[in-house]
Amino acid sequence: MERAALRRRLNWQIATVAELITETPRTRSIALDLPGWAGHRAGQHVDIRLTGEDGYQAQRSYSIASAPEDDRVVLTVERLDDGEVSPFLVDELRTSDELELRGPVGGYFVWEAACGGPLLLVAGGSGVAPFRAMLRHHGASGSAAPVRLLYSARSLGDVIYRDELMRLAENGEIDVRFTLTREQPAGWRGYRRRIDQELLADIAWPPTERPLVYVCGPTNFVETAATALVTLGHEPGRIRLERFGGTGGSA
Amino acid sequence: MRFTRGFHRRSGQDADPARVPPGQYVTNDFPVLSAGPTPHIRLADWTFTLRGLLDTPISWTWDQLRALPNETVTVDIHCVTKWSKLETSWTGVSLDTLLDGVETAADYALAFSDGGYTTNVPLADLTGGKAWVAYEYNGDPLDPVHGGPARLLVPHLYFWKSAKWVRGLELSEAEVPGFWEGYGYHIYGDPWKEQRYAGD
Repeated sequence: MERAALRRRLNWQIATVAELITETPRTRSIALDLPGWAGHRAGQHVDIRLTGEDGYQAQRSYSIASAPEDDRVVLTVERLDDGEVSPFLVDELRTSDELELRGPVGGYFVWEAACGGPLLLVAGGSGVAPFRAMLRHHGASGSAAPVRLLYSARSLGDVIYRDELMRLAENGEIDVRFTLTREQPAGWRGYRRRIDQELLADIAWPPTERPLVYVCGPTNFVETAATALVTLGHEPGRIRLERFGGTGGSA
Repeated sequence: MRFTRGFHRRSGQDADPARVPPGQYVTNDFPVLSAGPTPHIRLADWTFTLRGLLDTPISWTWDQLRALPNETVTVDIHCVTKWSKLETSWTGVSLDTLLDGVETAADYALAFSDGGYTTNVPLADLTGGKAWVAYEYNGDPLDPVHGGPARLLVPHLYFWKSAKWVRGLELSEAEVPGFWEGYGYHIYGDPWKEQRYAGD
């Protein structure tokens, strides 16, 4: 009780859209000005609240894609065609628009430099968003923990933060592996299938090295990855999951 | 009220607004939320145990639980991540049945699960036809992804209180925050009061 009672209430605050970055045809990053933002930890999320002129309100949760050390809080949103909020955020929102936001929320799916490594990040589609916060935090904090990112996307054009990830990989700061599940460019040397146990066995450190594993993506992706990792002998207590969407997800 | 420029309700939402708590949207899908890998347990090893503030712990094996009178209920469920699902059908044993005749001075229960998950619920919210140990969803055995073989079902609270893979209740006088409650989620979690986070 005491632990909970000491927490400050999460009040709604006004965020102003400072910049919009088209990441892929389906995703856009929203950089926000948030005066008085109390800070966050990499992996946490925020709630967004939209209000229509008739008073109708909708709330959604989005992972924070920026590091605690970054100047602005950034959210990366994927358009779900039958969605109510994501098409608005991806297609309609403009700079200087205001959004109501509260957070940060969540404390389990968090990586901080003090958590150490080796750190294995497994992303499906836009599930890469919280990992971008972790990767940037890893760099900004000067963490020496080795990092591997396995990123499953439909095609190269669907890879979010592609230039940034390529740069990190080229600098040798992290080890980035892609699997492209639907379409591969000519001469593609990466993986070309949905993740499975063999692929994870290829990429993950052996269980004896006790990697700290984070998996984020659509439900089926996360379930497949988590089951495979446990089967390979990784400790369930060192595998942290974040899922989105229903049981019919893709990517 | 602060309007969001250009945002409006999507047409075709026909759910009865009186059944949708504030800040929730209705989904026909059945999303999944859990922090760790899905545990798999052999039914032969499964038990449901009441322990803590009572003279001796009480346990049921899987077969014993299944032999108890069950109920099929149709309820609306509300997840703190904003989705609500209406008219979901569950079969299981009422907590009234499991707690019947149990002498305890406890006011609170901490549900515990395979995989280490916990969540706290006042005992008063588990009795009076408000909570079940559910093992069927829509007439089928409960999928492990959704908490099978059995999960707690407390539909009047946010769904994180409906502990997946539940293995029992720890009864106590004082309220002990569970897993998400310890990470800043609301200690009680009434969706109609929008008690998502501590302080709400």
